[in-house]
Amino acid sequence: MMPQHHLSEDLLLAYAAGNLSEGWTIAVASHLAFCPQCRAQSAQADMLGGAMLDTIDPEPLANDAWSAMRARLDADVQLAKALPARATAPGKLVLPMPLRAYVGGDIDTIHWRALGRGAAQMMLPTSDPTTQVRLLRIPAGKPVPEHSHGGREVTLVLSGSFRDGEQLFGPGDIEDADGSVLHTPTATPEADCICLAVTDAPLRFSSWIVRLIQPILKI
Amino acid sequence: MTLLLLQVGRSRDVEAFEALFRHFGPRIKAYMAKVDRNRAEELTQETMMSVWRKASLFDATRGVAASWIFTIARNQRIDALRRDRRAEIDPDDPALVPETPMAADQALDISQNVRLMREAMATLPSEQLQVLELSFYQEQSQSEIATRLALPLGTVKSRMRLGFAKLRAVLEGGSKQP
Ligand SMILES: [Zn+2]
Repeated sequence: MMPQHHLSEDLLLAYAAGNLSEGWTIAVASHLAFCPQCRAQSAQADMLGGAMLDTIDPEPLANDAWSAMRARLDADVQLAKALPARATAPGKLVLPMPLRAYVGGDIDTIHWRALGRGAAQMMLPTSDPTTQVRLLRIPAGKPVPEHSHGGREVTLVLSGSFRDGEQLFGPGDIEDADGSVLHTPTATPEADCICLAVTDAPLRFSSWIVRLIQPILKI
Repeated sequence: MTLLLLQVGRSRDVEAFEALFRHFGPRIKAYMAKVDRNRAEELTQETMMSVWRKASLFDATRGVAASWIFTIARNQRIDALRRDRRAEIDPDDPALVPETPMAADQALDISQNVRLMREAMATLPSEQLQVLELSFYQEQSQSEIATRLALPLGTVKSRMRLGFAKLRAVLEGGSKQP
């Protein structure tokens, strides 16, 4: 089944323009793998990028630019790497590619850490200090464990489903909540729900950074 | 331009590549200069080197030369100037949920899309074009744009959304014509 809850246009546009930080790009790229509809929109946003590049006021290149380029072509032996033979996956893959790279494998390789009451999480390491990225496992029929987030939270369902108020979120669906919304997502009773959650990094972290660099910047 | 790129991909045609370089090089340089003037020339060379190396991976059913080269220049700029990482979709991922066969049958002719998009951009209200340009050229986030233009964030968001919706409508109308 195709996803019913999609990426907002501002996420898609920011992803195309290249001004989305790493944490959010993980949610965007993963949803795109689930969703042909958003892939088509993302291609249109890249088209806009292409049109922007085409209409920019060109800047003349250095006089020797082409000869320098030409010399590099001649010296270049590194061709595009042939795509690795596609491993015929024994079972069906659950996690799409950008996520498998962060996890180090598919859903069975996730290193869960218990959060209590059957819930578990795995923090995904990124180089982006402005977000936190985690996988969450919510036991069937149970609510998402208490978690405070002041800012934005983008959740992508990977398997199972959860209900939030009137709405049902299944595999591939995105829930995009800002901090002002009080919500209690609850896994549906049939199966555990596994999802990706990207949030703004907690405030105390950024103030810790500020404290750290304050003496250096003398602010 | 798209045919030239296909030629480079198929037969590593240096003349076709030179034509691409002369067209896109000065544009890529201008795009890089929006963020770092000192490194613009160097990053143009790096971008065109990636174009040369990856041309055989270009898929003309998914994009045109300008949009594909834009994505390479954008990723180069993120890599070199922001030192940020970026998660990318892998179009060959076996886990990818495919399009419905019906949608694939109705594959649209996208070869004219950049031209349609350029023409549509010229008809956008300047306030909508301005926020889209700041986002794509200057790589500014919506809140940075709001601060720069002294506008409420909601206004920036809605201008961007309206502008993009108009451009998409042109593409969808334009490519369905026989
Ligand atoms: Zn979608």
